[in-house]
Amino acid sequence: MTTNNTIEQTEREIVEEFGLFDSWDDKYEYIIDLGKKLPTLDDKFKLDENKVKGCQSTVWLATDLKDGKIYYKADSDAMIVKGLISMLIRVLSGHTPDEILNTKLDFINEIGMTSHLAQTRSNGLLSMVKQMKNYALAYKLKTEAA
Amino acid sequence: MIETATIEKTFDVESIRKHFSILKRQVKGKPLVYLDNAATTQKPKEVIEALVGYYSMNNANVHRGIHTLAEEATAAYEATRDTVASFINAASREQIIFTRGATEGINLVAYSWGRANINAGDEIIISTLEHHSNIVPWQILCEEKNAILKVIPINNSGELLIDEYEKLLSSKTKLVAVSHASNTLGTINPVKKIIEKAHAAGAIVLIDGAQSTVHLDIDVQEMDCDFFVFSGHKVYGPTGVGVLYGKKELLEAMPPFLGGGEMIKEVTFVKTTYNELPYKFEAGTPNIADVIALKAALDFVNKIGKKAIRRHEDELLQYATAALQEIKGLRIIGTAKEKVSVISFVIEGIHPQDLGILLDNSGIAVRTGHHCTEPLMACFGIPGTARASFAMYNTKQEVDKLIEGLNKAIKILS
Repeated sequence: MTTNNTIEQTEREIVEEFGLFDSWDDKYEYIIDLGKKLPTLDDKFKLDENKVKGCQSTVWLATDLKDGKIYYKADSDAMIVKGLISMLIRVLSGHTPDEILNTKLDFINEIGMTSHLAQTRSNGLLSMVKQMKNYALAYKLKTEAA
Repeated sequence: MIETATIEKTFDVESIRKHFSILKRQVKGKPLVYLDNAATTQKPKEVIEALVGYYSMNNANVHRGIHTLAEEATAAYEATRDTVASFINAASREQIIFTRGATEGINLVAYSWGRANINAGDEIIISTLEHHSNIVPWQILCEEKNAILKVIPINNSGELLIDEYEKLLSSKTKLVAVSHASNTLGTINPVKKIIEKAHAAGAIVLIDGAQSTVHLDIDVQEMDCDFFVFSGHKVYGPTGVGVLYGKKELLEAMPPFLGGGEMIKEVTFVKTTYNELPYKFEAGTPNIADVIALKAALDFVNKIGKKAIRRHEDELLQYATAALQEIKGLRIIGTAKEKVSVISFVIEGIHPQDLGILLDNSGIAVRTGHHCTEPLMACFGIPGTARASFAMYNTKQEVDKLIEGLNKAIKILS
């Protein structure tokens, strides 16, 4: 996914899209639809080292660094988590480690999905966001060292 | 004020629901349908009033004080012990030890009895159905003592294979620890038979009653178990209080679990002598308020009557089982002949977590995941299930809402 948007611009876009929905049902249908549309991750990436394990669902996350920008690929065995991941990728992919590290991802709260980031063991989304930022930090440190 | 007497005569679920104010609340704009009772039950107003009443009128530390409040608090605290003793038909009140819950009861036995009695090469038998609470304490003990943990296998319905169990028993077996009912599948285990065979082999038995105490008549003497544990919060009581029952001679011989106030008889820097049962195992200021409120919960269950509750829950179980089986691609995990009102299921091509989130969106609370029984899930080759579990206050209309919610979720997800 390529974009010239800043992270904040993409977040605004998503918040506006969610503003069109009247009900929770519609929001979830949309998220599930995003989940279905996110390309399945090739089995070669579904390695233990790419696993972000929650208590219930499993998330796989792989990254590429091109021209100083990070590109994420991810998958999950659960559809709603996959849809949420799809939005995270849309927001964060194609940005520099610094940009990624400095974002608060406020859009998740604004679209009413805060509960998915709550401190429960029930899902992998919180660990997923942490993992995405960890990759950014690792790339940043690697670049600085080189 | 709802007269409890009216409930006694006929089981009237609508009257019962009036005691549970939480059932009137809405979730995501819809009336709450609470079907996560195997995780914890809701509390009747009698329990909430007992908690508030204690803190408003009687709060004092128990056993030591000479003043009126201390006497009142002590009397209420000890009254729960009597109620619990009769609730599970223990021979004496001294055999009832208050803990934080079933988990702590199992750990207490593993640490105190286990460390004094388990040696290298000894064997402990558990079952495939066990909750992590009845696995991990024994694993820790076995690791420390170089003892061996053996596991009773199950059949496809989720029933223990008793023939295989008998083969595991030997003179090396020192302890058998099994659940009375499975939290994930609902299977009721033939504990009397299990205990009889263990005793014949010279082993003692701990029964994890976390899931059974709310549904079944418990008679620890008739069962002849050596230890029995349960949690208050799964029997309509508060969280943070549970019970360990043990045979007197075992409890008397066991060293204390925690040291501190209350559990001592005399302390000098040279030697401390321990208090008698049950106080030997109740170090420190106990969870007074919750213990007192546990009595209100058990009294409430007694007033309605376990038999009537069981009949109602069985009806719900049958009704829900039949209705769920109508759903295409749905498979019930755990089809034992004897079950408490717990149904685990999976739906082909749909992750349980997605079901849980969408049901919550319809106001329906179920549990999804591995239910702290990862080895059991591995045995069925699935990562987890969705689980609906029923209590005395659930209705057939709520089962209908579950089915409706599931059909809606399936439509969105497929």
